[in-house]
Amino acid sequence: MALRQFGAAAAVTVALALATPAHAVTEIQWWHAMTGGNNDIVNKLAEEFNASQSDYKVIPTFKGSYPDTMNAGIAAFRAGTAPHIIQVFEVGTATMMSATGAIKPVYQLMKDANEPFDPKAYLPTITGYYSTSKGDMLSFPFNSSSMVMWINKDELKKAGVAEIPKTWPDVFAAAKKLKAAGHETCGFSNAWASWAHIEQFSAWHNVPIGTKANGLDGFDTVLTFNSPLHVKHLQNLIDLQKDKTYDYSGRENKSEARFASGECAIFLTSSGYYATAKSTAKFDFTSAPMPYYPDAAGAPQNSIIGGASLWVMGGKKPDEYKGVAKFFTFLSDTNRQAKLHQESGYLPITKAAYEKTKADGFYEKNPVPETPLKELTNKEPTANSRGLRFGNMVQMRDVWAEQIEAALAGQKTAQQALDDAVAKGNAMLRTFEKTAK
Amino acid sequence: MVEHRPLSDIIAYAILTFGIFIVAFPVYLALIASTHDAATVVGGHMPLAPGGHMLDNYYRAIFVGGSRAIREPVGQMLLNSFISAIGIAIGKIFISVLSAYAVVYFRFPFRKTAFWIIFVTLMLPVEVRIYPTYKVIADLKMLDTYAGLILPLIASATGTLLFRQFFMTIPEELLEASRIDGAGPFRFFWDTLLPLSVTTIAALFVIQFIYGWNQYLWPLLITTQDSMQTIVTGIKKMLYTTDELAEWQLAMATAILAMLPPVAVVVFMQRLFVRGLVETEK
Amino acid sequence: MEKSVVFNNKLLPYLLLVPQLIITFVFFYWPASQAVWQSFLREDAFGLNSEFIGLENYQSLFADPGYYKSMLITVIFSSLVAALSLSIALLFATQADKNLKAAGAYKTLMIWPYAVAPAVAGVLWIFMFHPTLGTLARPLRWMNFDWNPLLNGNHAMALVVMAAVWKQISYNFLFFLAGLQSIPKSVLEAGAIDGAGPMRRFWTITFPLLSPTTFFLLVVNIVYVFFDTFGIIDAVTGGGPAGATTTMVYKVFADGRLGGDLGGSAAQSVVLMVIVIALTAVQFKYVERKVQY
Repeated sequence: MALRQFGAAAAVTVALALATPAHAVTEIQWWHAMTGGNNDIVNKLAEEFNASQSDYKVIPTFKGSYPDTMNAGIAAFRAGTAPHIIQVFEVGTATMMSATGAIKPVYQLMKDANEPFDPKAYLPTITGYYSTSKGDMLSFPFNSSSMVMWINKDELKKAGVAEIPKTWPDVFAAAKKLKAAGHETCGFSNAWASWAHIEQFSAWHNVPIGTKANGLDGFDTVLTFNSPLHVKHLQNLIDLQKDKTYDYSGRENKSEARFASGECAIFLTSSGYYATAKSTAKFDFTSAPMPYYPDAAGAPQNSIIGGASLWVMGGKKPDEYKGVAKFFTFLSDTNRQAKLHQESGYLPITKAAYEKTKADGFYEKNPVPETPLKELTNKEPTANSRGLRFGNMVQMRDVWAEQIEAALAGQKTAQQALDDAVAKGNAMLRTFEKTAK
Repeated sequence: MVEHRPLSDIIAYAILTFGIFIVAFPVYLALIASTHDAATVVGGHMPLAPGGHMLDNYYRAIFVGGSRAIREPVGQMLLNSFISAIGIAIGKIFISVLSAYAVVYFRFPFRKTAFWIIFVTLMLPVEVRIYPTYKVIADLKMLDTYAGLILPLIASATGTLLFRQFFMTIPEELLEASRIDGAGPFRFFWDTLLPLSVTTIAALFVIQFIYGWNQYLWPLLITTQDSMQTIVTGIKKMLYTTDELAEWQLAMATAILAMLPPVAVVVFMQRLFVRGLVETEK
Repeated sequence: MEKSVVFNNKLLPYLLLVPQLIITFVFFYWPASQAVWQSFLREDAFGLNSEFIGLENYQSLFADPGYYKSMLITVIFSSLVAALSLSIALLFATQADKNLKAAGAYKTLMIWPYAVAPAVAGVLWIFMFHPTLGTLARPLRWMNFDWNPLLNGNHAMALVVMAAVWKQISYNFLFFLAGLQSIPKSVLEAGAIDGAGPMRRFWTITFPLLSPTTFFLLVVNIVYVFFDTFGIIDAVTGGGPAGATTTMVYKVFADGRLGGDLGGSAAQSVVLMVIVIALTAVQFKYVERKVQY
């Protein structure tokens, strides 16, 4: 009797076990470079996604700075241990997309996973940087910024500058007044030497940095930024550097504190500087769109983005890709994007999120975060202003910065410096082209 | 000093004080800067006396956006750093003492070659071979393990060279006397050579411990799980942003925090080894 | 320089060497050979497109004027850093040796620079010497000296030399002190009894007895200065301005960063390795003759 009962119980148990599929959660590894408060945000996003469904689990891991994270991704791919999602800064775009098979393009990912995806819902200047020339998105924009001009309103008033400068001649004049009013070591300055004076400068003035839509259309791009307009601009900087009306602040943003300390009342750098400025500047300040030369046709056009995007690595299983796709849909949700933008200062990636933030009246209370968006949406992007894509961009920026430094230090003329930058850059591009198939 | 020369003592103190000043001043400055608020620090007129913002800054450095971001308790990270630093230091000392002993006190074919094989490892730094080294670790399934953190870093040519130099200074008579006593290589090593090497081992230990403790690039690369993170990575994660240098006072606070553990350990080790020093002073 | 009294075991020495040789082979020679092989390839960052190009990387290297510039910069940088960090550390060590109690305290204080990670040290030095924000830049400006390492190559070189020397002093100090403290006091006393003053004692007794340590530090410092200074240069000047602080090792890493030019970077590191091996071999052959064991 007991045996039969036991047998029946066993049979039922087995049947139940076979009938209920074992519910395994698919893990999705996400490597990123976010620190401090931004690290919080990344973890929160992952937690919310994981809590909202039970099939996938996104696991974010901090892998160091942008270069460290990208380095880890490359090493891991070569060893077969790559993550699913990796955050790569904009400078790494060409490297990421040039080797077929290393990554899975986002548009392909969304299509394969049957996730609803409308490229037109995204802000063109933000996604354009990370898309093919046909508009197919290769990577998913995550934290974007642009370059704006930070203005120390108190100091400008003291120096008798009535209005926030709009054009480069305005800036030069204001800088001279600031110098006369006591700012001996700095009339105006900027961070990110080549981003400011070559990359953003070209897009904002609707002139090309290189052929083939600055490299977006092909790896056989040739650099062309030794044009008369660029030479004129660099020559102005050289002249003004002599008495520190313009004062060079280095290649990256190590000297950003010059603005918050009150030393440089006009300072061009990333819109992402806002959080730091808020907490460290003890004066009235704001941000304004970058200046332009009024005699340049078409200026101001639109600015290009900086920051990072999320790349999906190749060689993973379809089920895992489905999870990634769902995560991207989750990230694109309008309310989420709007909230993210308002909390973190990242730019919203969808038009709807931008509109919603406007509708919420957010920019009336906080005008500063809107400046980069105004720059980015100033006009419909042209071939010169969708972005740029040059191989070995990390080394490229160093090469360009080196030439700018040589010019500012009086070792070369502006024309010579830009010619050399173009020549050296082109040599690097040709080498890169050979490795990109 | 064998004679008592007050002037030379005074000069000695003067030079050493000057030395401390040069060496410690940057650190002192960082400490001061971490106690002021941002505007004072970057204003270009920071005083040399501490300010009143120490608690603010360190609180922000450790907790704000910090401890929520660090899902792993600080204790675990300290433990990881400690294990890997000890492992690297002891590992290096162990294998280099053995190889130096072999190279100095034995004659065998390829002796010089072996020394150079070991020595060449200094000539190609880790960063150059990082992708293939990572692959080796991945292939050996040592990612996210202590072995992976420790082993690639213990091949130490400096250790071998150091002990070689030291062993070369040991008088021949000691070995002769030892052999007359009937001691073989093990006895000689254990009873005579090792006790004489204590000072050198101590110096090397301090250096290698700090070296192991400060590793950032390698642990970052091969660990993915939070539970394997070291404290240096953790500190950097708390604060290192592209805007770090825009908030100099927090950058300084981070720098100080990152420096404390290795120095604390060194001070602790000093106490252990000063005793050893006094005992072995001839 | 050989020991005359040795052990006769045939197998034991090999066994003693095995641990280090295994580690060295698995974690150095195996990956390093792949890195060297890379110098004959043209490859993308992910290793998906590899093309064998023979000596082309080396040819482009030697045709590049920037490479020769970095060689010159390396010579200047290396000589300055090695000379300064060794002599300053020796000075401090000799003074600290005079008093054992003080020695312990000074060792603790002197170790700080070594305990500072290169990236952190870079932050500290920028903080001190930034042209306008730096604390120590203030007195320089007050003296009407236009200190600007951001645009002036010589200033930048001075800055990285100072930072690299600062970092290396503690390492050298520690070993010099250990070396000094292992010199028997009896030998020095004998010298004093013979009537030699402190300076003579130093040069005729102490320095020769210290020479094994000095030789060790000389070799190690050359290696340090050629290979381990990337971190500090990157943090302080980023190789600039206009390449004024781009040493050979800096160029190796900068060119190879993030898969930029793996082949060229590998070729450069091979050349650098050959140079330093040659330099070290010269030291072993000619300088070691002067060392007294």
